Amino acid sequence: MSDPAIKVSHVSKQFGDTQVLRDISLEVAPGTVSCLIGPSGSGKSTLLRCMAFLEQATSGNIHIEGEPLGFTDGPGRKRQSPAELRRVRSKIGMVFQQFNLWPHMTALGNVSLALRRVRGMGRAEAEERAMKQLDKVGLKERAHHYPAQLSGGQQQRVAIARALALDPTIMFFDEPTSALDPELTGEVLSVMRELAAEGMTMVVVTHEIGFAASVGNRIAFLDGGRLLFHDTPEVVFAAPREPRLEQFLDTYLDRGAAMLK
Amino acid sequence: MSFDFAVILAKLPQILSGLGVTILIWIAGTLAAAVLGFVIATLRRFGGRPVDVLLQLPIEVLRGTPFLVQIFLLYFGGPYIGLRLDPWVAGLLGISIYGAAYYAEIFRAGYQSVPPGHVEAAECVGLTRNQIITAILLPEMALLVMPPSINMAVILLKETALLSLITVPEMTMTVQAIGSQQYAFVEALVILALVYWALVELANWLGRLAERNLSKLSA
Ligand SMILES: Nc1ncnc2c1ncn2[C@@H]1O[C@H](COP(=O)(O)OP(=O)(O)OP(=O)(O)O)[C@@H](O)[C@H]1O
Ligand SMILES: [Mg+2]
Repeated sequence: MSDPAIKVSHVSKQFGDTQVLRDISLEVAPGTVSCLIGPSGSGKSTLLRCMAFLEQATSGNIHIEGEPLGFTDGPGRKRQSPAELRRVRSKIGMVFQQFNLWPHMTALGNVSLALRRVRGMGRAEAEERAMKQLDKVGLKERAHHYPAQLSGGQQQRVAIARALALDPTIMFFDEPTSALDPELTGEVLSVMRELAAEGMTMVVVTHEIGFAASVGNRIAFLDGGRLLFHDTPEVVFAAPREPRLEQFLDTYLDRGAAMLK
Repeated sequence: MSFDFAVILAKLPQILSGLGVTILIWIAGTLAAAVLGFVIATLRRFGGRPVDVLLQLPIEVLRGTPFLVQIFLLYFGGPYIGLRLDPWVAGLLGISIYGAAYYAEIFRAGYQSVPPGHVEAAECVGLTRNQIITAILLPEMALLVMPPSINMAVILLKETALLSLITVPEMTMTVQAIGSQQYAFVEALVILALVYWALVELANWLGRLAERNLSKLSA
């Protein structure tokens, strides 16, 4: 399969009069981890949301494993049918900054819901599969807890298990650790490291420069809605000639660069 | 002057029949109002902007005019446009439509209380819109819409008394008729008040029970 896992072509996005994304094109190869970094308000979340069609790009196209997402190919830029959108989107698992677990269901309920309602599995089969996913993120013994009874780190791991339950080939993460206390970020990052090691295609919006430098195969640097860099961590961190990037990295503990030197 | 409740209670079978009509119209009307209100709120939420704006006007009108005026228009005004309704039907329809306007607002607030991210998470795992409504939105808003829904049911119960004015043989009309036959107006009114109050207490108690069970589910 020579198609890139994700292909973003000339995507622009406007909210009213504000231009949030400006003509962004990038490709993500299967089995690689791309980390999206950039200052607050630079459009990272918007780009990721466009890539999952949670937000409609004003112009441009998204392809997932060669198939259009959201709009059909060809002239007219027609909306896909809901069923077609769900089919293509099923290749993507999404993890949000605010977890977005459903509060009226247990961890097990959160993970097994789509297996039952989308995959049509029986309760026993769905819960067995969900249990395996929870085990994978180290939360088997918390399966019957409600989200409100879990720590932030545990909630985010349940959210990852929920996204993984449907066997996506691609995982999107929007600042998965930003809502967590510092001592809880490690458990989430280590689950993500494992996923990356297993060859999952991942796009991660993150402020964890250390994670980006060590796990990312590609670093995408966004500034003012423009994609200024999309390259290996070595290139992006070791030789920041671009003043905007240098300034951005200076504002962080320059851990990524330090680790690579 | 002394009160004589016996002359009224002697007509217990008639009173019970009136009570039956009241309860029937109340329960049927409230259920219809809640269902209709839910459908309206759901159309407003998912039907796009034109539908949302279009449905807003009738809701504002219904919430902005007295129930008495509405049922008079329906019952006495209806024939002018060829709409000749039995008192019963007019009463039930009136309660349902009036209540629907309020339930539509209750469910609209309910929909708004669910964080958009919860819906996005459901879209991302491939749930259809109907599945999202039944599996995510409704259960999440249930706890929030329960108290105003019970409150509205209680208001609708009390509004059914006005249906006596379009000759629906419900409790108020029945008991008042007995009162005037027996020259015991005040006694009739006292009994009426007590029965309505008992029904309201019953409804509130059921509501609290439902709420407690719901909150257990969504710990
Ligand atoms: N729904 C929206 N309506 C209007 N403007 C929006 C909306 N969503 C985002 N924006 C604007 O778009 C710009 C980019 O937002 P975005 O959330 O993508 O930034 P970000 O890079 O993810 O920032 P952060 O690091 O703070 O999360 C911001 O100026 C934001 O105010
Ligand atoms: Mg963001």
